[in-house]
Amino acid sequence: MLVRRVWPSRPTFEGSFADFDQVRREMLRLLDATSGDDAPDAGAGVFPPMNITQDDNNFYLRAEIPGVKPAELSISALRNRVSISGKREIPPEHDRVSYHRKERAEGAFNRAVTLPTEVNAERVEARYTDGVLTLTLPKAEQAKPRQIAVRA
Amino acid sequence: MATEATRDVQKTEKSAVATAPEQTRTGPLYSPAVDIFENDNSITLLADMPGVKASDLEIDLRENVLTLTGRVTAPETAKESNVVREYRSGTFFRQFTVSEAIDQPKIDAQLTDGVLRLELPKVEKARPRQITVRAV
Repeated sequence: MLVRRVWPSRPTFEGSFADFDQVRREMLRLLDATSGDDAPDAGAGVFPPMNITQDDNNFYLRAEIPGVKPAELSISALRNRVSISGKREIPPEHDRVSYHRKERAEGAFNRAVTLPTEVNAERVEARYTDGVLTLTLPKAEQAKPRQIAVRA
Repeated sequence: MATEATRDVQKTEKSAVATAPEQTRTGPLYSPAVDIFENDNSITLLADMPGVKASDLEIDLRENVLTLTGRVTAPETAKESNVVREYRSGTFFRQFTVSEAIDQPKIDAQLTDGVLRLELPKVEKARPRQITVRAV
């Protein structure tokens, strides 16, 4: 089909998508360039920050939640969803005190994450040490990688 | 539950130390969030240092400069691969200038659940004294 271009500079549909694609690629390249080893990881912008790792059998979820009593954390897991909620309270100081700095945040938090595969919710373990919550989430049997032997 | 509406935790990103001192170890340095308050007898400092064990925390006060250094060893084992990473483990480092005279032997530090509570008692002569005016 012959398309007569009235305004040659005006982008066609195909052209504009190609432009988008190029902009996208350029942005990804810039992001890659900045995400070297020394660059900070992109936080989710919500409390608490979490790291999730996996090995063949488990997912490990670690969250930095300093100064919370373990009893005040509530954790639930269902299929491939894990949620953590709780409240961080900074007890008030009783004496007549004057503050120089107040940077530590307090309040309630609630986060839910979806894992790539289902986990065995019955066997999830949670530990809280030195202000870091560690969840060990065993992968469900059907989600585990299986070695397949090649027969000669 | 408190009577007032519960506020959500305001998330502040772990801030990297702006003017990092020359390090002999490599790795990121983070500045812990702190609360500092004082009353007539002492200055108290609370610092959030998640992942720091008591044995890995150094507190140093000399020539009016208080230095906090908390080392965090990454908890991940070699077999684990990343799925999501929102924070990194590194050393917590922060320095403060303390203008008040501190009674060094009475400094008390406690580390519970990743929160440091440091009590810096003021020396006797630095405390304000109420002066009563006598009527003659």
